[in-house]
Parts: sequence; C-alpha cells; structure tokens
Amino acid sequence: MKENKKDNTESEIPYLITVQNLNAFYSDFQALKNINLNIKPFTVMAFIGPSGCGKSTLIRIFNRMNDYIDGFRIEGNVIISGEDIYSKTVHTENLRKQVGMVFQKPNPFPKSIFDNVAYGLKIQGIKDKKFIEERVEKSLKQVVLWDEVKDNLKKNAYGLSGGQQQRLCIARTLAVEPSIVLMDEPTSALDPISTAKIEDLIFELKNKYTIVIVTHNMQQAARISDQTAFFYLGEMIEVGKTQQIFTNPKQKRTENYISGHFG
Amino acid sequence: MTNIQLNRAKDKMFATWGVVSTFFGIILLAVFIIFILYDGLPRLSWQFLVSLPSRKPENAGVYTAMMGTIWILGLTLLFALPLGIAAAVYLEEYIPKGKFATILEINISNLAGVPSIIYGLLGLQLFARTMKFGGNLLAGSFTLSLLILPIIIVATREAIRAVPSSIKDASFALGATKWQTIWLQVLPSAFGGIMTGLILALSRAVGEAAPLIVVGALAYVPFAPKSPMDEYSVLPIQIFNWISRPQHGFVVNAAAAIIILLVITFTMNAIAVFLRNKHQKKTN
Repeated sequence: MKENKKDNTESEIPYLITVQNLNAFYSDFQALKNINLNIKPFTVMAFIGPSGCGKSTLIRIFNRMNDYIDGFRIEGNVIISGEDIYSKTVHTENLRKQVGMVFQKPNPFPKSIFDNVAYGLKIQGIKDKKFIEERVEKSLKQVVLWDEVKDNLKKNAYGLSGGQQQRLCIARTLAVEPSIVLMDEPTSALDPISTAKIEDLIFELKNKYTIVIVTHNMQQAARISDQTAFFYLGEMIEVGKTQQIFTNPKQKRTENYISGHFG
Repeated sequence: MTNIQLNRAKDKMFATWGVVSTFFGIILLAVFIIFILYDGLPRLSWQFLVSLPSRKPENAGVYTAMMGTIWILGLTLLFALPLGIAAAVYLEEYIPKGKFATILEINISNLAGVPSIIYGLLGLQLFARTMKFGGNLLAGSFTLSLLILPIIIVATREAIRAVPSSIKDASFALGATKWQTIWLQVLPSAFGGIMTGLILALSRAVGEAAPLIVVGALAYVPFAPKSPMDEYSVLPIQIFNWISRPQHGFVVNAAAAIIILLVITFTMNAIAVFLRNKHQKKTN
C-alpha cells in the first residue's frame, strides 16, 4: 500500500478512503450528487438511507463493481490508500484484492467449502498447497466457521445454512487479505441469530480491516458502526459519529428518517 | 340450455380436443414404431451389426453405415463444440451492445431455420470442391457442423444466461478477470445446459441424410472408414438405399436399421434429459 500523500488537516490519522466532489450517473440519471467523504482506517462506516438513495452505488464505486453496468460513469475523485482508483493505471483486479466485497444475498460458488475460500488465491496463480490450506483455515477461523465445517471442507457450500453461507462468503473475502471490506446489506437475507453472529464478527474484524457497510436496519447501524452517513435522493445529507447521528442529528431529514417518519 | 350449461359444454369440447391433439402425434409414432419393431426385430442380430453391405439382403449388414455414423458424429462434435461455445461466450459476455450485436443475433437464430439441403449445397461448394476434400468424412462432418452450430450457440447462450449473476459478481469482486470468471465459474455452471443442447443438436445431425448425399456420402461403401479422409455412408442413407430396392429382404433390413438409428437417437435424448436433471439438482 502506498502512503497517503494528501494533507489531512482535520485529522492526524491519514484517511484510507477519500471521496472528492463525486458525481455518478447511470446514463442520464444522476445517482450521486457532489459527495465528499473521508473514512479512517480500522473503523466501521455505515451508509443508511431509503431505497434508491445512492448508498449501494457509492459502496460499489469503492471496488469499481459498477464498471459492468452500461452507461455508468463518474466525475470526481475516489482515493484509496493514496491512489485514485479510477485512474487509467489502476487494474481492477489489483484494486479488488485490496477492497473485498460481501453481497446482500449469500452467494457461494457451487463448489466445495474449501474451494470457495481458496478461489481468490487460486486466481492469483498461487499453487503452494500448504499456504492455501493454512490461509483457508485461518480465514474460516476468523469468521468462526471453522469448528462447524472443518470435517466437511470437501462438501458443497450449498449444503450450509444461509447464515453459514454468508460467513463463508466473508471468509472467502478475507482469504485474499484485503484492507477494506465492503458489505452491501450483508444480513438482510438472514434470520436474527445469524445476523447477530455477523454483527459480532464485524465488531471483531474492525481491528484488522476497514469496513464500509450498507444497511436498511437502523439498529444495526447504531450497534456496529463508528461513523454513519445518511443519504437521500443521491445526496449525502449528513455524516458524523454514529452516536451523534442517532441521538442528535443536525439535519431535519436525518432526524425524520431515523425516527421512522419516512423511508 | 342456460348460459352456464353452454359454457360447461364448451369447456368439455375443448378438453376433448386437447386430449386428441396431445395423443395424435404420440399414437402415430407408436404405431410406426410397432410396425418397425414387428418387421425389423427378427432381423436384428450381432451378425447384422458387423456385416458389410451385400447384394443379397440376408448377408447385408449395417457395419459400414454404423461406423460412418459414429465417425461423422465424433468429427462433428470435435469441430462444432469449441466453435459453438466460443461463439456463444463471445455473444453473451464480450460483444459490445449495439446494432452490430443485434444483427448478428438475429442472423444466428435465423440460421437454425435454414433447410439442411442448403447447408449441403454450401458444403459441396466450400468443402468438397473449393477445399478439394471430395466426398470424404471431413467434408461431411464440416457440413453437419455448420448445420448444428446455430443450435449449439443458441443453447449455450441460454445456459450461460441462466448462470446467476451473483456468482459472477462474487468472482469479479475477488479480483478475477473476465476470462477466469467465465472459465472457472460460468462454463462449469452452464455445463449441463450446454451438454443438453449439444446432444440434441447431435441427435439432429445423426438423422440427417439430405446434406450428406449432396456432399458425397455414398449409398454403397464396401469398407468401414479408417480415417477422416475416407469415403463413408451413414445410417439414414443406408436405410434410404435399402428401401428403394425391389427385394422384400432389403425392406426388412431397412426396418432393422431404423431400430438401430432410433436406439441411438433415443439414447442421446435420454442422456440429454439425465444431464439436465442432474444439473438442475446441482444448482437448486
């Protein structure tokens, strides 16, 4: 990782992610309007807001998953670890090793549990069996799935429960050792017990990773995040410490949304 | 009659018509198969399978035609499969959307409806004459490859489209390239669908006589082909040849050969159904 060359006058810790004057478009539709945002390393940043507010668009900008959508384009800068990720010299393959992603629905590959976790390493051309085995075990232990699956590593991942599948997907992401983990509503398809396990996990993971999470669940944002950003109709209305956003929001619209008046 | 009674009567009439329509084709096919079995089954024997063609019906066998069919199937598979899959992958995953793509797609779908004799004439000019293959297996299997390519492409595209985008997203998000995603995730997931399409296409190819007659398959070949450059006959042409003979013994031979052809086709269809079911179970 390169050093962050930018001067950060507001803080002594360099920001890991910096978004400057960002506009995003799907053909003619503007999905994000003039977003400015900084995210510190080893924190959890939650994006909240009603459907269609642009929060998923923004999280998918961080690992350039929107590149596959016809007509999508951005203006402005997104700097991760001091590098503009939309500059021509950046390869998305390298970016995504550094910025992993967990999706809304658990989406394991139709392969064995082991192969799911090993996939990210294998596509990098890593052939060292012992190294892969160790990394798979380490990643599965990180998501507290190891004890449940260690005797069934050869079994198809589709046989796992929804919550186990989602933890497997997180392990798969961690196996390539990213510095940032993006989570796009990771618990919206899960039952409360599985959700609680994932939330505990996120709390553990922020010691080693920077996490950006999109959630529709207000309590979840309040429970697990350090910072919260509220989006509405493509604009970032407010961003700040989670406790401040939930107890003492500066904007009327944030307050209305959090208290359940709309959204 | 009240309105309700009238509607009920209409309902019944339609139901009856539906039953008739459903069983029309099946019954005709069943009658045909029964006749064929009645004529041909007694003639079927190991001897019949391994005998060369002969002027005497009781000595004649399907060996050369059957080997010709197997050669043609194998070679057609060899040529059509890589081309078909590559074309389908390109059309689904790589081609930039626009007018060019639309025109290409419409044309490929239309190609599937071109009569097989036209492919035969194309093969005659292109492979037999211009490329100077003459009437050998190579010319025949190239021609049949052209014939079934559109079917394979359409089936493969559908199979690729059925792969959930969530799997592709997961692969991309881990830093995989497009090619890695296609090779390691999309194609293995689409395997069942591709195989189904391929086998259905091949079972169409196995029954084709017209295009092969045009590109020079022979009705009488004294020996089974040993290389792609050899002359050949295939089962449908052998059947056609026997049926046009005056002696009754050849008609019996034709019935027996039809049974063999049907067994090959039904087996291939059964494999296709098996692969599809297996694939469905895996993805659900």
